[in-house]
Amino acid sequence: MLDNSSRFDRLPDGPGVGYKPQHFSELMQDPGPVSWIEVHAENYMGDGGRPLAQLRALSEQFAVSVHGVGLSIGGEGALDRDHLDRLKKLVEWLQPASFSEHLAWSTHGAEFLNDLLPLPYTNDTLTRVAAHISQVQDTLGRRMLLENPSSYLAFAESTWSETDFLTELVRRTGCGLLLDVNNVFISATNLGYSPQDYIDAFPLDAVGEIHVGGHDEDADDNGAPLLIDSHGKPVADPVWSLLSLTLATSGPRPVLVEWDNDVPLWPALRAEAVRAAQALQPAGQ
Amino acid sequence: MTVSQTEFRTALLDPQRAVPAGLQDASSGPAGARFSVYRNNVVHSLTEALATAFPLVRKLIGKTAFDQVAGLYVRSHPPVSPLMMFYGDSFPDFVAGCEPLAHLGYLADCARLDLALRQSYHAADATPLAPEALQTGPDTLMAMHLHPAPSTRVLRSSWPLFDLWRFNNVENAPKPAPGAQDVLITRPDFDPLPHLLPPGGAEWFRALSDNASLSQAQTIATENTPSFDLAATLSLALSTQAFAAL
Repeated sequence: MLDNSSRFDRLPDGPGVGYKPQHFSELMQDPGPVSWIEVHAENYMGDGGRPLAQLRALSEQFAVSVHGVGLSIGGEGALDRDHLDRLKKLVEWLQPASFSEHLAWSTHGAEFLNDLLPLPYTNDTLTRVAAHISQVQDTLGRRMLLENPSSYLAFAESTWSETDFLTELVRRTGCGLLLDVNNVFISATNLGYSPQDYIDAFPLDAVGEIHVGGHDEDADDNGAPLLIDSHGKPVADPVWSLLSLTLATSGPRPVLVEWDNDVPLWPALRAEAVRAAQALQPAGQ
Repeated sequence: MTVSQTEFRTALLDPQRAVPAGLQDASSGPAGARFSVYRNNVVHSLTEALATAFPLVRKLIGKTAFDQVAGLYVRSHPPVSPLMMFYGDSFPDFVAGCEPLAHLGYLADCARLDLALRQSYHAADATPLAPEALQTGPDTLMAMHLHPAPSTRVLRSSWPLFDLWRFNNVENAPKPAPGAQDVLITRPDFDPLPHLLPPGGAEWFRALSDNASLSQAQTIATENTPSFDLAATLSLALSTQAFAAL
C-alpha cells in the first residue's frame, strides 16, 4: 500500500487533468494550477512496468482520482466479480482520493463493448443500478461517485427524468455524483432540453467532482444538431459558461479537464486547466 | 416498448440490423442515425485499440487495410475483458487465417511480435540477474537454474522476424533477407526491445523456463541445433537482463 491516504484524503477544489503518459515529465515539473489527476482504472490493472511506476510517482505529488470505465454498473447481468476484485486491489494499493464510475453499461455476457452505453430510466433499472452501486461501495469500503452520461438518444420506456433518477440513486445508496457539464450540454442539445434547467434540478450537494471536456458537432437524419462526446478538442465556450453557472450555485468543486483523443502537447492541456482555475475563482477558490 | 441489452448489443455489432424500436430522438421519432454514434464508437474505439497494439502489422499493411481487417476482427471477436491492454490475443491467428492477407505469410508472426512486446510492457517487475551471480566454478554454474524475467518473451519464426521488425523501426536498417529467425524480447526498465537470438537459443530458453539446469538446457539445445553457442546466448541474455535474480 502507498502512503498517500493521509495527505490526499479528498480531491482539492481546484483544477485537475485526465492523465496521459506522454505528459508525465512536464506534468511533474510544470503542473501550473493542476493539483490532482484522474486515471482510468483499467489502464492500471497490468502486473507492472511503466504504467504502475508512473502512477506511484504521480501519487506522491498529486491527489489521484480513479475513474472506472469497465465496471458496467448499468449492466443487466451481475457485476464482474473478477473485475471488482481487480478494482479493490488497485484502490487498496493506491489509496486514491476518489473513485468514480458511469451510469452506463458496457458488458454483455462475456463481451466487453468498450463504450458507455445508455440505459432506460425505469424502476427496474433503478433497482438494479442501486444494487450494483451498493455492491461496489461495500466491496471497496468507500463511497463512490456516479457520472451522468452523454446521450444521443432516449428510451420510450423511461419513466424517470435523469436528474430524478440520479437523485433517487443518491438517496438509496449514499453514493456521490460526478457531474459532467459537457455531458449535460451534449445531452440537452441532443434531446432538446435546457442545460440550465438540468443543472437546476441536479442534486448539487451530492457532487464530489465536475468534468469538462471537448465535443464534436454533427447532425442527425433530420438535420437536428447532434453533439458527440469526443474528448478530442478544447472545451467549448457554452460548456465553460455552464460550468460557471454550476459553480455559482454549488460552490467550489474539483474540476477535471478531460482530453482523451488527439491528445495535445502539455501546454495546451495546461492552458485548459488554467481556464478551469479561472472559472473556480468566483466560486471561492 | 422495452429495449433489452441483448437487443441493443445485437444491433450494435451488426450494421445490417434495424435500430431497435423504442429508441427515440428528441421528438419521440425513431433514433435512426443517432444509434450509429454507438455503432461507430464501439468499432472505432476497438479498431484504435488494435492499431495501438499492433504497430508493426499496421505499418506493414497500411491504415486502410489494417482498419478493414480490424473491423472484421472486432465484430467477430469483441473483447471478453475490460482490460483493453490485453485485447487482441487472438488477432495473430485471425491474421493468419485472413484470406486477403495470405500473400503476406510473415504477417501473423509480426502480429505475434507486437503482442509479445505489449505483454512484456505490462508484465510484473523483477530484479534482473546480475552477471556476478554466475561467477562460480563451471560445475556449480552448469547446475544452476536460471529463470526468465516475467517480461521476457521468446518467439520462433520461419521468417526473418527480427530483421522485419528492425527494418520497420530502425533507420537505415538492412532489408530483410529470407531465412528463419528467433527473437528474444526483454525489458531492462520499462521499454521492451527485441533481440536476434542465436540458433538454438529459443530451445535453450524454453528448457530453462521448464526449470532445466544450464547443463540440461545446453544438452537440449545442442540436440536440436548442433551449432548452439552457449557463451554467445548466455552473454546476450545477461546483457539484456532476460533473467530474474535468483
